[in-house]
Amino acid sequence: MTLLDVKDLRVSFGETRAVDGLSFSLERGRVLGLVGESGCGKSVTSLAVMGLLNGATTSGEIWFDGQELLGSDRRAVRRLRGDRLAMIFQDPLSSLNPYYPVGFQIAEAYRAHRRTSRKQARAIVVRMLDRVGIPEAERRARDYPHQFSGGMRQRVMIAMALCLEPELIIADEPTTALDVTVQAQILALLDTLRAEYGTAVLLITHDLGVVAGTADEVVVMYGGRAVERGEVHALFEDPREPYTRRLLAAVPRIDRPVPDRLETL
Amino acid sequence: MIVYLLKRLGAAAAILLVICALTFTIFYIAPDDPAQKACGKACTPERIEQIRDQLGLDTPIPEQFASYVRGIFAGRTYGTGSTAVECPFPCLGFSFQTNVPVQELLVSRLPVSASIAVGAAVLWLLVGVGAGVLAALRKGSWWDRTAMGAALGGISLPIYLTALVLQYLLVVVFEVLPYPRAVGLLEDPAGWFASMLMPWIALAALYAGMYARLTRTELIGVLSQNFVRTARAKGLPERTVVRRHALRPTLTPIVTVFGMDLGALLGGALITESVFGLPGVGKLAADAINSSDQPVILGVTLFAAAFIVFANVVVDLLYAVLDPRIRLGAS
Repeated sequence: MTLLDVKDLRVSFGETRAVDGLSFSLERGRVLGLVGESGCGKSVTSLAVMGLLNGATTSGEIWFDGQELLGSDRRAVRRLRGDRLAMIFQDPLSSLNPYYPVGFQIAEAYRAHRRTSRKQARAIVVRMLDRVGIPEAERRARDYPHQFSGGMRQRVMIAMALCLEPELIIADEPTTALDVTVQAQILALLDTLRAEYGTAVLLITHDLGVVAGTADEVVVMYGGRAVERGEVHALFEDPREPYTRRLLAAVPRIDRPVPDRLETL
Repeated sequence: MIVYLLKRLGAAAAILLVICALTFTIFYIAPDDPAQKACGKACTPERIEQIRDQLGLDTPIPEQFASYVRGIFAGRTYGTGSTAVECPFPCLGFSFQTNVPVQELLVSRLPVSASIAVGAAVLWLLVGVGAGVLAALRKGSWWDRTAMGAALGGISLPIYLTALVLQYLLVVVFEVLPYPRAVGLLEDPAGWFASMLMPWIALAALYAGMYARLTRTELIGVLSQNFVRTARAKGLPERTVVRRHALRPTLTPIVTVFGMDLGALLGGALITESVFGLPGVGKLAADAINSSDQPVILGVTLFAAAFIVFANVVVDLLYAVLDPRIRLGAS
């Protein structure tokens, strides 16, 4: 069943077209990778789905579980945000408010959509922090973002995104700001939790390795459009479009000898 | 935290000592003869000699400075024998003009300066920060442009002009306010309010302009931060996003500037007090400068500097309260 259906999405900032007629759809519980070089419109697409674009002209349709978002009033979209569609951002340090303890920030997300006492919310926070692998969750909930390491901060962001058990998570470059060993841990965690909660994931990245390891399907974007789409292994094995081929050739591979120079796009 | 506080207070005391030394030196190398000034018009050479002896003016300058500093902490006695004059702690000397101890003058003038400073601060915080927040939230709107234009006007107009225009309009033309005079808050609250209103408006016009622009710039910067986007992504109402997530980081730099501004004004609003003829510390300084009343100038300088230096210490402590990264040490 289709959960997210984006039809002919166009976003422009003044004269600049960031997204130019993009269409894709995502089934419940599946993972769709949106890949492309920086500036191709991936992040703008994610912000458009979340209704977080400011100062942009948007057209097209974004259907979420049978509800069209672009035409809906802002309050209706806000009610969905955080509750049924959540987002994980690239840089977990700047994405968390330095002035509040992490537990407060997670509880705030929960209480924005559910009527609960502070005590109940706190219990949920501790359970979520524990679930994403933060040791001594009860004590750590009172700590501030700067007291966590990069990987731990991203775990906090994941706990925040998942605390309301959303149907869709948009992960915008969730591992780009992290070092490689931590990247693998975070991806594994995301995958486990996704399976556990049955959440669909829109994974936005320029890292083809991340997509190959996690996504079911891929949409390759270039210049604000989708140039190719398909099931992840089929597309990686046999890319049809020249752009996809060159994108893949620009990445060094562990199973082949390293060339003197990598291909440039 | 206590170690930090003690360090800051130690540094503050050192700064005050340096300021004291600098001011002291400047005045004692000035061409005016302090003994001549202290003596007044009907003066004889014998009297000047007597005063010179009493004030210790014939001792070397470092020694005079040491006596001055000692006097601040322990009080001192001018002269010896039958002509000896006791100057109790914290002794800042006697006014050449009125022969009143400088510390008494300062204490008697402080309530007026404090009334002006605190009242104006409340006004400019409300108006300036409020206008800045609205301008930032409605960036580019007619409100933003009007408020920022008015702010620029407030900053650009000199206080002696706004003060005179206010006085002319409100007192002379419309007769809604009396001429300002020094009224105690406790003796006559209504009179105090009526007297202080114009000085408050004149001062607040200047500061509100600066605070509105500062607040606007800061808030616009904070609103583009990633954590504000996260707050919106949680589905929080925009009101909560601004109030809880954007305003607190915006206030931190404003608190810093505010502490120093208030500290500076408590040490006397020289122009405002002079134009409205209100006997505050600033007016005291202006009069002392006009009559080369050196002990008073020195005392006012130290007094004003002390407020600024200690306001800085308070601001540093507030910073720690406001920002957990400073309180807990960034890892």
